[in-house]
Amino acid sequence: MSIIETRDLVRDFKKTRAVDRMTFSVEPGEAVGYIGANGAGKSTTIKMLTGILKPTSGHVRTCGLDPMRQRVEVARRVGVVFGQRSQLWWDLPLRDSFAILGAIHRMDEPSTRARTDVLVEQLEMGPQLGTAVRSLSLGQRMRAEIAAALLHSPELLVLDEPTIGLDVLSKQRLREFLVAERREQGTTLLLTTHDMGDIERLCDRVLVVDHGRLAFDGTLTGLAGTVGAQRILVIDLAQPTPDLADVPGATLVESESDGLRQRLSFDAEATTVAAVLAHVSSRHEVRDLTIEEPDIEDVVRRIYAASGRG
Amino acid sequence: MAEVTLSQRLRPYRVLLASRARAQMQYRASFVTDILGTVGVGLAEFAEVWVIFHNVDVLGGLDFTAALLVFALSNLAFSLADMFVGHLDQLPRYIRAGQVDAFYVRPLPLLAQLMTSDLSLRRVGRLSVALVALTVALTTADITWSAETVALIVLSVVSGTAIFSALFTAAGGLQFFLVDGAEFTNAFTYGGSYAAQQSQQVFPDPLRIFWTFVVPTAFVAYIPAVAILDIEDPLAPTWLAWLTPLAALLAWGIAAACWRLGTRHYQGAGG
Repeated sequence: MSIIETRDLVRDFKKTRAVDRMTFSVEPGEAVGYIGANGAGKSTTIKMLTGILKPTSGHVRTCGLDPMRQRVEVARRVGVVFGQRSQLWWDLPLRDSFAILGAIHRMDEPSTRARTDVLVEQLEMGPQLGTAVRSLSLGQRMRAEIAAALLHSPELLVLDEPTIGLDVLSKQRLREFLVAERREQGTTLLLTTHDMGDIERLCDRVLVVDHGRLAFDGTLTGLAGTVGAQRILVIDLAQPTPDLADVPGATLVESESDGLRQRLSFDAEATTVAAVLAHVSSRHEVRDLTIEEPDIEDVVRRIYAASGRG
Repeated sequence: MAEVTLSQRLRPYRVLLASRARAQMQYRASFVTDILGTVGVGLAEFAEVWVIFHNVDVLGGLDFTAALLVFALSNLAFSLADMFVGHLDQLPRYIRAGQVDAFYVRPLPLLAQLMTSDLSLRRVGRLSVALVALTVALTTADITWSAETVALIVLSVVSGTAIFSALFTAAGGLQFFLVDGAEFTNAFTYGGSYAAQQSQQVFPDPLRIFWTFVVPTAFVAYIPAVAILDIEDPLAPTWLAWLTPLAALLAWGIAAACWRLGTRHYQGAGG
């Protein structure tokens, strides 16, 4: 059974169609990134999946349930983190929020404590347990929000902009935790984000939504391939080298430090890393190389452009 | 699945309310100031009764003691309701803060979560003024005490609290539609509280009908009080005082309808 299933899902607001005949399904254990511009319909979709908003028409099932009719049952099996709004009790120590949420999910006290301990340890939040939520830093609060959403061990974790406003280190820790949680518990992930790093690190599938329509559904590599985005091969050479201008299938982007580091862009469809590398190393001594994946925001922009919108 | 006892069913709400109480106790100084503030509100309300009866002996068929009883019963019911569900008319604030969406993703009914999301303990100030007034009124008034009298008092406090709670709930439901609708709904909640404090005989008939059958605040204090004190009012016979639970039910019927309409609207239109 799919964890999420939508078919011809439509949601109209007064004059605009926020979600337009959206059809997709998410299987248990998948990690899906849901991306698109502001106002593309991401939050509206999430609200329909969780029973906050009523669809104008079409079909939606979350954990096999109708979110409108069985909202409470859906809430038992889904954890939701809204990046910009809190699930916690700001005026009490963090520890209390977990106790209250445990009661709300009708967990008994020992299992609430046990689960809290596990999450707190994994998220390294021990020192903050006695701190009032309003005094937590943004990074600490987001980790607490995620722990709160996972307290009842949901099958599906929905994250709406989980890393918004976080510093690099906080983002990193959050992603590492989510990767581990998914590996250990098999939790299905659906996340909306503007941060393409989230998608690269966390998701094995991407849905791109544009003006309420599904513009792309597939893997990240496939997404890059679809719009012909170029990957970049960064080659560090042993000696200063003239520009590598004659590599078949590749174009020189930049040459630094008298040619010690050169950046070549190449089309993943036309050639391979191995071919490019073989060509270069047959002439010069290569010391190191890295591959830069295409910037996904750029990719999304291309998708929009391809479908004739901006 | 094992049988779920009532106590287990209520545990989330108990924990929520206890947490609200704990949060308020953390700011002791502001808590004490708040209580003093609501004592002040109670006293100001009482001053109005005092001033009137300083000038006249009888108003609307009630003497000072009877008016004091009406004042006490209505204030007791109102401050109890205000303490438990008075924050419902703050709904727009909850919506703006995204709190309502957070409620939707928790496995409890929305209204029950909203009701238990706050517990205004500071209202005990006004509550204690009402309790003192009630004690004074009951000891100084000429009452023939019986089991029925006691039952009537308890019944009217319970029903009165239920009626005001229903008004707050209805007001909350309407806030889903109204932009800054608190001004409008205050007419029924705070206005209802004011009307409940008065001898219903001072109102012209249309208003009296309104406060009896539409927004049934006459049942909160005046109707039980005339029954307890055995005061002659052809439009409020003693048996009517036993119908306060019916009035509460009616009020809750309307409140439930308003609430359902409101949440439908919210899910339909979006926050």
